[in-house]
Amino acid sequence: MNMLTEAAVEKALDQKMNTVPYKMIGQDVSVYYGEKRALFDVKLNIRENTVTALIGPSGCGKSTFLRSLNRMNDTIDSCRVTGKITLDGQDIYDPDIDVVELRARVGMVFQKPNPFPKTIYENVAYGPRIHGLAKSKADMDQIVELSLQRAGLWNEVKDRVHEAGTGLSGGQQQRLCIARAVAVSPEVILMDEPCSALDPIATAKVEELIHELRENYTIVIVTHSMQQAARVSQRTAMFHLGNLVEENDTDKMFTNPDDPRTQDYIMGRFG
Amino acid sequence: MGTSIILLCLVVLGAVAYIAARSRATALAGGKSSALHSRPGYYGVYAAIWAILPALIVLCAWLAISPSIIESSVRGAFPDDVKAQPAAQQNLNYGMVGAIARGLPLLAPDEISGAGKDPAGLQAKLAAKGVPLAGQPQPYMIEAAQKLNVQSGSSRLVMTAIVLALAVAGSFYALREVAPRFRARNRVERVMLWGLLLASSIAILTTIGIVLSMLTEAAHFFAAVPAADFFFGTVWDPRFAGAGSSSFGQFGLIPLLLGTLYIGFVAMLVAVPVGLFAAIYMAEYADPRVRSIAKPLLEVLAGIPTIVYGFFALVTVGPFLRDLSSQVSGLLSGNYTNFIQAQSVLTAGIVMGIMLIPYVSSLSDDIITAVPRALRDGSLGLGATRSETIKKVVLPAALPGIVGALLMTASRAIGETMIVVLAAGVAARIQLNPFEPMTTVTVKIVNQLTGDLEFTSPQTLVAFALGITLFCITLCLNIYALYIVRKYREQYE
Amino acid sequence: MTDIVSPVQGVVVSKAPERRDIGLKRRYAAERRFRAYGVAAISFGLIFLAILLTSIVSKGYTAFQQTAITLPIEFSEKVLDPNNKRATDPSVLVAANYPVLIRDAMIKALNLNASSRPDVRDATAMISKGAPIQLRDMVVADPSLIGKTVNVTLLADANIDSANKGQIDLKVDEKNRKVNDRQVGWMKQLAESGALHKKFNTGLFVNGNSSRPEAAGLGVALIGSLYLMLIVLVLALPIGVAASIYLEEFAPKNKLTDLIEVNINNLAAVPSIVYGLLGLAVFINFAGLPRSASLVGGLVLSLMTLPTIIIATRAALRAVPPSIRAAALGLGASKMQMVFHHVLPLAMPGILTGTIIGLAHALGETAPLLLIGMVAFVANAPATPMDPSTALPVQVYMWANEAERAFVERTSGAIIVLLLFLIVMNFGAILLRRRFERRW
Repeated sequence: MNMLTEAAVEKALDQKMNTVPYKMIGQDVSVYYGEKRALFDVKLNIRENTVTALIGPSGCGKSTFLRSLNRMNDTIDSCRVTGKITLDGQDIYDPDIDVVELRARVGMVFQKPNPFPKTIYENVAYGPRIHGLAKSKADMDQIVELSLQRAGLWNEVKDRVHEAGTGLSGGQQQRLCIARAVAVSPEVILMDEPCSALDPIATAKVEELIHELRENYTIVIVTHSMQQAARVSQRTAMFHLGNLVEENDTDKMFTNPDDPRTQDYIMGRFG
Repeated sequence: MGTSIILLCLVVLGAVAYIAARSRATALAGGKSSALHSRPGYYGVYAAIWAILPALIVLCAWLAISPSIIESSVRGAFPDDVKAQPAAQQNLNYGMVGAIARGLPLLAPDEISGAGKDPAGLQAKLAAKGVPLAGQPQPYMIEAAQKLNVQSGSSRLVMTAIVLALAVAGSFYALREVAPRFRARNRVERVMLWGLLLASSIAILTTIGIVLSMLTEAAHFFAAVPAADFFFGTVWDPRFAGAGSSSFGQFGLIPLLLGTLYIGFVAMLVAVPVGLFAAIYMAEYADPRVRSIAKPLLEVLAGIPTIVYGFFALVTVGPFLRDLSSQVSGLLSGNYTNFIQAQSVLTAGIVMGIMLIPYVSSLSDDIITAVPRALRDGSLGLGATRSETIKKVVLPAALPGIVGALLMTASRAIGETMIVVLAAGVAARIQLNPFEPMTTVTVKIVNQLTGDLEFTSPQTLVAFALGITLFCITLCLNIYALYIVRKYREQYE
Repeated sequence: MTDIVSPVQGVVVSKAPERRDIGLKRRYAAERRFRAYGVAAISFGLIFLAILLTSIVSKGYTAFQQTAITLPIEFSEKVLDPNNKRATDPSVLVAANYPVLIRDAMIKALNLNASSRPDVRDATAMISKGAPIQLRDMVVADPSLIGKTVNVTLLADANIDSANKGQIDLKVDEKNRKVNDRQVGWMKQLAESGALHKKFNTGLFVNGNSSRPEAAGLGVALIGSLYLMLIVLVLALPIGVAASIYLEEFAPKNKLTDLIEVNINNLAAVPSIVYGLLGLAVFINFAGLPRSASLVGGLVLSLMTLPTIIIATRAALRAVPPSIRAAALGLGASKMQMVFHHVLPLAMPGILTGTIIGLAHALGETAPLLLIGMVAFVANAPATPMDPSTALPVQVYMWANEAERAFVERTSGAIIVLLLFLIVMNFGAILLRRRFERRW
């Protein structure tokens, strides 16, 4: 048996990475808020069933890019997106693509937990209900239970699914939002700094969740914490002032980045 | 001295005190204003306050109380048989005494002395001087009138003396206080603070005034008509009887209440869907240009006086509905008789509904806009359409606030007067046909009080009973609405 | 979806899963319907606004013109003062037979047969019944007119006025009309000779109320409303501002203050008719103030406007940033000085805007004034606020209740005047706000 050198392991990992299909591809993506340009020709590819972390100092455009992936930028009047973003090879800004359908395939979890003022059950059932994904009440019960399990919340709330969702703790509310997103059976889940409003214990629980979710979903997570990116992601992309500085395997990014700016950010020289 | 002259004297004294105090302060400070605690003007104002305020308070109190004291004194001197007469007659007697008292100074001295012997002649003489009497004066009245004049005269003299003396004394007191370290500004500001507090209490006084005045008058009414007959009576038929007549009709509230609620209900049927959808569209869909035109235009509907709406209902909407119904019945049955009356629940309800549209729409607009964006984003992010987000997330979240807005609008509808006076008719019946006229509580208040008033008859007093009922209903609705809206606002803070 | 070879170095792109049916067609149809409801609702409101305004304006704009007939009136001494007593007894001129003058003038102008009674009666009926009084006032003021023939412009009767404005349907049978065929013919005749013409209706603004529509005017109502507005301004503004200053700047946060605030919010929502009852019970019954006086109306409207002014003033005071207050206090000003010298002037635009809006609302209020008696028939302008008077919206109410058709035109005209006042006031408030409002 050959001694597996470090380089050989790296090369094997590289090759493995390179065989993972691309779920979403961003080509020359630029975003404008009125006259102000927020993203400059970003080329970024999201791999299937992988956790991709977007890092960078505040205001660097990572959230903007994230929101372009499910066309949430459309809800902002002054926002304009140029370039091409594809999902499974199809341009999501194509007029034939329905934005409602897109968002049913690319879900989102927001920075501050935003459960609806409804019961826990109704919160999770909302998505499947509007898309008509459940054929009967028993079906819906099953979807709700499965989603709550996937979000690691089932055991804690199974006795009170018909109580208000707003009565949960911060961390539980965020997991409820994750369950809500999962209930629609999306292919991609976008997470915009999902743990920034949570305490460390809740954060750990959510990070564990992300790890489990990776098996079934493609995950893109924006985080301002490099340590979190290092913990949860396989690929990391570094943004700075609207430009994509570097995109690499997480391990390599944090030990031996290609771009000096990445190095500076990691070392804490700015941010 | 006339009251206005007294007031003028007070003002002049106040001005003098101001100037004196201010110059005294400056003089004491040796010309250096920095040696004074407050600016010189404050010393002046301090003195002016001491000159005017106590004197003014005494003046007002005297003017308010002395007529009653004099009246009881003069009445006490009436002969016993006069005192035994009923209260209404006594009031008339005293009124005549007052008229004679006003007229006596206008006569020549010999006419006055001869007055007691010739009552009829006195009446003629007084009428010639422009003081008509309701009947022939009796001898005791002439005596009483002279007594009234004497007492009023001396009271006035004493009052003038006291008031002016107070003013002067006050000025001297204040002047004595003036010293460089004297904190004139603080004193003046304390008086100002009391003034502000007094102004604020007018709000409470108004409420107390409303409640007390209506309660007392309503109490007089309930002395004549049992409360149960009023609140649960189903027939409204007050007959305007002459004073002293025994048959005074029935005063049942139920038909009026039913009319108020029915018309209000029709009005809400019009206003709520239109207002709510208008608000939703303007808050969620309209681009800023459309919104900036549509919103003010809808607000114009709120600025139009209700009398204009009433007139519009009377001359345009009522006849239109009536003629429409005759056309429809002619088309359907060949017989062109109208089934909608010109004055009807429908007419009043529709016009009132139009008036209420801006209330619903602007209150709802505020509430819908207040729903946090995060909820909308959460729903859109799951792939909901805009209308689904509104129907299933935004509106349920805004529901308490919207219910509060609707309650306030309902309260406005219940208290509305002019539209129903002109468009709803005066028929107090219990029936449910919206094409027929029905009347409301507010219409009856107006009806009972415009016309010949005899203030103590049940026909007039019932207006106060109606008024207090109306006040209570709208108060409860408003309090409950405010409570709901406040609770809802806490949810998001 | 087949595999697409990506442009990036031969790595494959994922395959899209089977497309789910999420009911898009149905949902987008619902979306379109929902939007349509919103547009429909707004249009409904605006259309009704347009209908209301056009209906009133179309009925009322003709009120600003009045039909008049100019006739040469012979002030014959034989009719007015046959015994030549006027030098010693002027009351002769007051009681003289002026209608005869008019009758004679009409006979002459229309070339009528003086002995044909129906003709003469119908012709004379074409002139307003107030015309003899007009002539009387002329002669009493200037007796030298006797013996002269002068051209006098007299108001036409209300029916002739309506007919001249085309408001009477001439196709209806003569017996059912207010104006018969002969009169119509005479109208044409007089119009051709220039004697019958329309002039601007100054009487609408100057005259007091009258049972004759052609002579009824808003003069009393305008003065009454003016008194009301002045009283409200003088009372409600200072008291309202004082109360707001206390509540906003000085009041301690205790139960009493809470109570006052709740009270004010409730008073703002109390129906206006309740204020009328309050005025009746307290000001008229208890304090004995004269009924129908604008003073009482002013007091009632002030109480009604007070909550509005207080709420607007508090908002204006709150909008002044705390940094201004801190700066003033830091320089050694007392709290009272800080409020009156610094905060109040800056809040003034907002306060004035709120006041104007409150006044505009009070101008249109009718119900409370009805209860305190300002609904009397007043023909002469009130000299002081203690005299009986009426107000603009109440005058509209009174005319609206009149049975005569000509009053519909007058009422609509009065409403146009009222709306014009309101437009001016509201525009004033908006201009004030635009010009002076600061954005902190």
